[in-house]
This record gives sequence, structure tokens and C-alpha cells, in this order.
Amino acid sequence: MAEIAERLKNIIRPENLIYGKSPLLNEVTMHYCPGCSHGVVHKIIAEVIDDMGIQDSTIGVSPVGCAVFAYNYIDIDWSEAAHGRAPAVATGIKRISPEKTVFTYQGDGDLAAIGTAETMHAVNRGENIVMIFINNAIYGMTGGQMAPTTLLGQVTSTTPYGRNVDLNGYPLKITELIAQLPGAAYVTRQSVHTPAAVRKARKAIRKAFELSQKNIGTCFVEVVSTCNSGWKLTPVESNDWMVKHMFPLFPLGDLKDGGKDATEPFNIQG
Amino acid sequence: MAKVIGAVVVDSEVCKGCNLCVVSCPTQTLGLNRDVNSKGYHYSYMENPENCIGCSNCSSVCPDSCIAVYRVKVE
Repeated sequence: MAEIAERLKNIIRPENLIYGKSPLLNEVTMHYCPGCSHGVVHKIIAEVIDDMGIQDSTIGVSPVGCAVFAYNYIDIDWSEAAHGRAPAVATGIKRISPEKTVFTYQGDGDLAAIGTAETMHAVNRGENIVMIFINNAIYGMTGGQMAPTTLLGQVTSTTPYGRNVDLNGYPLKITELIAQLPGAAYVTRQSVHTPAAVRKARKAIRKAFELSQKNIGTCFVEVVSTCNSGWKLTPVESNDWMVKHMFPLFPLGDLKDGGKDATEPFNIQG
Repeated sequence: MAKVIGAVVVDSEVCKGCNLCVVSCPTQTLGLNRDVNSKGYHYSYMENPENCIGCSNCSSVCPDSCIAVYRVKVE
């Protein structure tokens, strides 16, 4: 035992630290449930902002939902928006301060349900913001009700026999819809269930932040996430459930890349 | 060939015992402690410290950023 303790003492030194808590994350324990994907995405965003050195010029807009307290966790400027209106608030912030990097952080109840109109129109206008969309197929904060993104047959507290097409309609693939809009510059879908997926998601979020500084349209990053409390599974089981059931409907990868569509106006003079 | 050895330090008061680090560890270094922290969670700890290679997989999937990873090369 003494040998191991001695060995650990030699390894655990400040100069050997290779990965630790991002300096942008505040010293508070997050309120999220154990194993929630929100924590990983917060960490990735903090790391990206820190790596890019844009802490002083980044403004986040937090949603209504589980991530409503995001402003407590990442040490940048934040604004809180009414439910679903984060893209509209971000539009205003970006238009007043075009030199700032502005991003919204929204869940599926915020972005794909009550805020669908704001989301679609902000992207369609090609606002130069980053939108980070956490899709966990359920309303987590309010107790696991059916969301627009809930899978067919998925049991939630408002669909106790599973989501039924005749009664509840189809799951909304909003990222595919957004990829059709001319104002979108970069649309991608990522996940954070494995270390490799976390690295890919970090790259995608970094790319989105870099592209948004070039003002070439809206960058949209969907993160397919877990809600183990809402799904009534353990964190490890919910990762497996997500891979098995959510990935077939929400396949990972880039949906659009390369800036918004042509900006030449139609020639109406004839 | 240079060998790499590592170690992790888990902030046991922040850890919520979600087990994601344990399943992502390629060398079965981590485990959940039988003891609990002040919130009642079985926090993660180095069950087999001699196995650690400092790959930082555990830290990258940790939702609460409570794992610090250290690594040294030994000849």
C-alpha cells in the first residue's frame, strides 16, 4: 500500500496534469441528475470558449428547461430568455453587438416545441449565432412528459402506453428541417455518450463557434442526449438505450456545411 | 519503449456516482466506492490504481467535471 501511495504522490503533481476542470466552469455543483448529458455539453462549451480565448466576448442565452441555470455554471455573460424565445433574444444581442459571439443553449421542449417559430425564423434569416440543441426526446424538467421529439412507442408520463401516431403524431426531426433553410451555415448532429463522441462533439461545437465569428449564417449543433431520470433508466443503461433507439431516427453526422445559400437577390426588374 | 503511467483524482464531494467513468475506463482502474459522500452518492475512486494509463477517457465523459487526470512517462 505504501508503495502505491508513494507512486501516486509522484504522479499527482501540478506539472503532470493533462485534463481537469475547465477554468471557465464555476465552483458550484451542477443541479443536473447524475449522468445527465447537460453537464458534458456545458463542459465542452466551457473548454471551447476557453481554448478560443473568447471568454470576454461571448454571450450565452439560456433557455427554460433543465438548462435554465446554465448561467450559474459557465463564467461568461449570459441572458435568460422566455420559454422558447432564446433565438429571438440572441438575434437582438447579435444585431446590437455584432463583434460578440452569441450562442443559445436550448433543449427540445424549448427549441422544438414552444420555440419552433423563433428557431425556424432565426435560422431562415441567417442570424449569425450558434444554436446548441440538446435533444433527449422528453421533457426532463417537468417530470418526463412527451416532447415533440419523443420516439414512437416511447413511454413517458403523458404517453403511458407509448407514443401513438394516431393520437400524438410523429417525432419531429427539427434538425433536418433546419438543414433545408437557406440561412443555415452549418448543421450537425452529435452525441456525448462515449469519449470519442465527446471529442467529435467538441470539434463540432468549436467549428460552429469559429464559423459564427465569420458571420456566414446560423450554426446549429444538435446533441442527442440522455435523460435517465425521465427515461427511468440508469445513466449507463440510458446511453445504451439512446444508441439502440434514438440513433436510428436521429443519425449522427453533418447535415449541412459551407455557409448560407446564395445571397444574390432575384432580379425582379426583368 | 517509454511507458505511460497515470492517476486520477476524483473530487468525491462533487461526484454523483453516475458510473459513466467506470464503464468508459479501458483498464478497469475506476470503480464506485462502497462509502458514500455527504450527498449519499457512491463516488468514483481508483479501485486498481496500478492500471491507470492517464488516457482521460473518464474525465471527458464526466458530466460534473470532477475528475482530474495526471500522466507521466517512465523510461
